[in-house]
Amino acid sequence: MSRTPRWLSWLAVARTSLAASLLLAASGCELAVLSPRGPVASGDNIILLDSLAIMLVIAIPTIIATLIVGWWFRESNQRARYLPTFAYSGRLELIVWSIPALVVFFLGGVAWIGAHTLDPAQPLRSSNPPLEVEVVSLDWKWLFIYPQQHVASVNHLVAPVGVPLHLKITSASVFNVFFVPQLGSEIYSMYGMTSVLNLEADRPGDYFGLSAHFSGDGFPGMSFDVEALPAADFAAWIARAGSAGPVLDGTSYRDLLAQSANVAPYTYRSAQAGLFDSIVHGELPPGSGPALTPRPSH
Amino acid sequence: MLGKLTWQAIPFDQPIPLLSGALVGLILAGVLIWIVMKGHLPYLWREWITSVDHKRIGVMYCLLALVMLIRGFIDALMMRSQQALAFHSGGYLPPEHYDQIFSAHGTIMIFFVAMPFVIGLMNFAVPLQLGVRDVAFPTLNSVAFWLTAAGALLVNVSLVIGEFARTGWLPFPPLSELTYSPGVGVDYYAWSLEISGVGTLLGGINIVTTILKMRAPGMSYMRMPIFCWTSLASSLLIIAAFPILTASLAMLLLDRYVGFHFFTNEAGGNAMMFMNLIWAWGHPEVYILILPAFGVFSEVVATFSHKSLFGRRSMVVATLAICILSFTVWLHHFFTMGAGGDVNGVFGIASMIIAVPTGVKIFNWLFTMYGGRIRFGSPMLWSIGFMVTFVIGGMTGVLLASPAADFQLHNSLFLVAHFHNVIIGGVLFGSFAGYAYWFPKAFGFRLDERLGKAAFWCWFVGFYVAFVPLYVLGLEGMTRRMQHYDRPEWYPWVLIAGVGALIILCGIALQVAQLWYSIRHRARLREPTGDPWDARTLEWSTASPPPAYNFAVLPTVTSEEPYWDLKHRARELGRLVTEEPHYEPLEMPRNSATGFVTAFFAVVAGFSLIWHIWWLVILSLVGAYATFVVFAWRDIHEIVIPVEEVERLDRANRAARARALEAAR
Repeated sequence: MSRTPRWLSWLAVARTSLAASLLLAASGCELAVLSPRGPVASGDNIILLDSLAIMLVIAIPTIIATLIVGWWFRESNQRARYLPTFAYSGRLELIVWSIPALVVFFLGGVAWIGAHTLDPAQPLRSSNPPLEVEVVSLDWKWLFIYPQQHVASVNHLVAPVGVPLHLKITSASVFNVFFVPQLGSEIYSMYGMTSVLNLEADRPGDYFGLSAHFSGDGFPGMSFDVEALPAADFAAWIARAGSAGPVLDGTSYRDLLAQSANVAPYTYRSAQAGLFDSIVHGELPPGSGPALTPRPSH
Repeated sequence: MLGKLTWQAIPFDQPIPLLSGALVGLILAGVLIWIVMKGHLPYLWREWITSVDHKRIGVMYCLLALVMLIRGFIDALMMRSQQALAFHSGGYLPPEHYDQIFSAHGTIMIFFVAMPFVIGLMNFAVPLQLGVRDVAFPTLNSVAFWLTAAGALLVNVSLVIGEFARTGWLPFPPLSELTYSPGVGVDYYAWSLEISGVGTLLGGINIVTTILKMRAPGMSYMRMPIFCWTSLASSLLIIAAFPILTASLAMLLLDRYVGFHFFTNEAGGNAMMFMNLIWAWGHPEVYILILPAFGVFSEVVATFSHKSLFGRRSMVVATLAICILSFTVWLHHFFTMGAGGDVNGVFGIASMIIAVPTGVKIFNWLFTMYGGRIRFGSPMLWSIGFMVTFVIGGMTGVLLASPAADFQLHNSLFLVAHFHNVIIGGVLFGSFAGYAYWFPKAFGFRLDERLGKAAFWCWFVGFYVAFVPLYVLGLEGMTRRMQHYDRPEWYPWVLIAGVGALIILCGIALQVAQLWYSIRHRARLREPTGDPWDARTLEWSTASPPPAYNFAVLPTVTSEEPYWDLKHRARELGRLVTEEPHYEPLEMPRNSATGFVTAFFAVVAGFSLIWHIWWLVILSLVGAYATFVVFAWRDIHEIVIPVEEVERLDRANRAARARALEAAR
């Protein structure tokens, strides 16, 4: 006898076929959210597809029943029985309340488990110690600081494969959401606050990242690349980054505060220790906003 | 003298708003000149603008919704076309313009299309269904409507004078604070909604009071039509939720105008609190919209299935359950702020629990259809289209209520597809069903069914073509509000969504054509019986259009479907059941310009607040207060409708009924 309960394996079958059909529906192209490249995205996917499978069991028959009942009981159909007094049935009412209640009971369980196991602040289980990255959303670019490696980069997040990323995220001005669809969960970046997000890439590759919360005129130009590299390549990248480029300190950080979008990625050869905390604690000024003209001219 | 207002406020450098503003101005001026030249102005003033008749006010609400639907839909077309062109390019709308368009689209569609549409239907139908002569506070009703219209006007003024908010339809700080949005856009947004929000609150109070205090003799709560129940629930939500909106926007305005720090980055402001507050209003808001739509479907499905509604008591319980639960779920709008597993889990499950009463409603409509004799009039088509579409929208909603799934879908186009799925498939389809259903009651002639059905199919197909691609785009990681993008896999789906918007455009064009055609051919479409759908509730027992006082004699209610039972007995007897009653002269509330004048001052006050023209603010507030004083000290409250008039109209109705009865034998 297999150790997994049978309904779980049915769920797995349903999940796989659902994912396959969704992919097919998208005519073969890859859906970023459903092409996980890390444990968090896989976990999110399982919750998503399980919930969808549970609901389709009830939604599809309901839709079909609506169409069939509507069509069969059309006025012109002589064979349909007219039941003008059929307006109450205790037994049916019981079923009518129980079916959605049962579905929600299952879904609620799935949701509760997902909310806990996939809580963004939850550290990932791994044999490797996590890599610390501090993330600052600015108008309109992303700053990634590697406190252990003392380097930083703009609009380019490089991560070693198979190593959990421990991301501390804040904002220099307005709300943004840090989002790498193929790696998993999103989280808000907010001024004066630190959000924690744990992610991991389990395959080398280039993934796209973006802000998922509108933050002003430059918002669409706020995308960034995520590059997942094998450990050796990552070390080489750190070394390269540390050998050239400007220095990130309070002064150069202030330059970043001015609004700009579509900023080409670049690196800082060194990053001042404690800069992230000074940003969070408001020791550095917030983003300055637009230059004070009533209407931007172009 | 004019505060911040200078010639710079007119966007001479932007041809699109300027030309469209000029076009709308010309059309408005043309209509106005036509009205004055034809001598319709006194009629409009007497019968509509100053009317305190709940039916007239309801019609004006719906008209406002239809006009603003066109405005909001033009915004949608611009967004779709911009995104269709903005692959690897800037498109034709620069960000500062595009951002205004999606903000205006959302604001207009929720506050000035969906809200006035459902409030209009409630206003029109609830007193008729309750068997009473008017709402509890007729003049307040007029004030409520005109304040809503005032808000709508201010939003549209922003098209040509200044700018609209560039923050999205909910102005989240700190982006909406003075530092990051120094222009007048957010002020236009906030003052418009402060003004119309007061109107909505007054309307809600009016409907609740009417339902609780003014039912026909014998109409106990359990005998009330389901539409009245859902209207009651929705209006209770308005009373509970709208003050939160008004207060949160007031705090934002204090930040912007007098340097408070409720939501700023500096000085201990907390922007998260705005999100918390705005969704404490925002989530009940979606049920404020959908509950009346559920009520319309309950009436339509029963009528067109030729059956009583299945599980009435369940429907009432489900409605009230949704009403209460809707206040317990707002946090699901920001699972991704990292509140932790317990908080997210509790709010996720609470959100899912709402699916239970909603599911019950779907099943009950299904069982109402079961064993019926279904006629596929256009209201029924909207209802079946709704049932199919809403199941999908509800399903994606429950999906988003699962925190871990939401972690990847929050703010994506999947979310956008979901809420359009429930707002279009639910609220709008419900409003259109109600519009087609009650139109003959309001005007005495039907809407053309061929055009109505064609419009339905365009909307139905167009909805799927426009929004299924957005579901896919959400799964491809595309977020909302992108002015441009460069991911090739998104491009084809964006194009398909654009095609869907064009199909919906055909639907709207057909609806405009339907209205025009039906008015032109109203003699042929005249509906003399007052009961075109063989319906079941009291509004169909009076003439179409109903007299100002609705009922010559208030009906006495002895069952859940009083009019159906009366009709049934009349059919068995072969004659009208009741003898001609003893008529009496009726007192009805007198017309009042209070609403219109108050709204005029509200527009002036809002505009001068936006532009910091302080003397004008004071002047208009004094004007609004003076209007109130004049109204409060008025000498004559009511007019008397002479008994001959009551007799004449009611005898005509009775004769029409008798003829219909004769014809049916």
